[in-house]
Amino acid sequence: MESILFYTFAILAIGSALLLVNLKNIARALFLFFIVLFAMAGLYLFALADFVAITQIMVYVGGVLILMLFAFMLSNKELLKDLQDNSGSFLSMPKWQAIPVVLGFLLLMLYGIFEWQQAPSTWIIQSIENGNNITATDNNIHQIGLRFMTFYVLPFEIISIFLMMALIGASHLSRKERTL
Amino acid sequence: MITLTHFLVVSACIFSIGLYTVLSKKNAIMILVGIELMINAAILNFVAFGKYDKVSYGGQIFALFAIVLAAAAVAVGLAIVLNVYRHYNTINPDEVNQLKDK
Repeated sequence: MESILFYTFAILAIGSALLLVNLKNIARALFLFFIVLFAMAGLYLFALADFVAITQIMVYVGGVLILMLFAFMLSNKELLKDLQDNSGSFLSMPKWQAIPVVLGFLLLMLYGIFEWQQAPSTWIIQSIENGNNITATDNNIHQIGLRFMTFYVLPFEIISIFLMMALIGASHLSRKERTL
Repeated sequence: MITLTHFLVVSACIFSIGLYTVLSKKNAIMILVGIELMINAAILNFVAFGKYDKVSYGGQIFALFAIVLAAAAVAVGLAIVLNVYRHYNTINPDEVNQLKDK
């Protein structure tokens, strides 16, 4: 049962990501991106990271996707430009050039993963032996809150200041230009 | 039984699709979507490895940090996209080729 659900979520994520790439209509592609994010949140649950999954849904679906839809609607004239196929620079290679690059990268990563699987890292084996892995009955949110306020307090503070800087910078960049 | 390898393979596929989006699309918003897909693949790896670390919860906590970083990147990126659109009337990265005002 567990593996059936896992494969469902994995196929949902990969399939909608593939469809997202091949669609010309950007609005539909953004809604498919929404489905990919939901399926990825489901996959996090299988790694017993419930808080990360909920945060993913709240941050991405509540914030990022709405922002992207706004930006798409504010730059709407570009809808048809994506159809014509002119290219020159590296950032926008035509599809037949991008495909071998990406397939080579994917094969390299898969090769690495299966080589690694033959001899996994010692800390993972030790953690399984010592019963040091997270189980389904653990209270994850309690533990994460505790770690955030004790062991990881410096990265936590830095990331909060960074987030504030980024948000102020974004609102400063997108303000209306005042004529002096 | 779902092992670590399952997570790694799914994450590698999602990362490759994100890379393909970044390389092949001619729209700045779709390029941002591709970057988000790659970040999501990285978060899946963090979480999958973090399952074996009950002492410090490093995987899940850095997954949360990565989500925050991705949100900040998208906010700034979309602000830049809107500014570029206001200047050039296009968001095709090919046609945006100078930094100074026209």
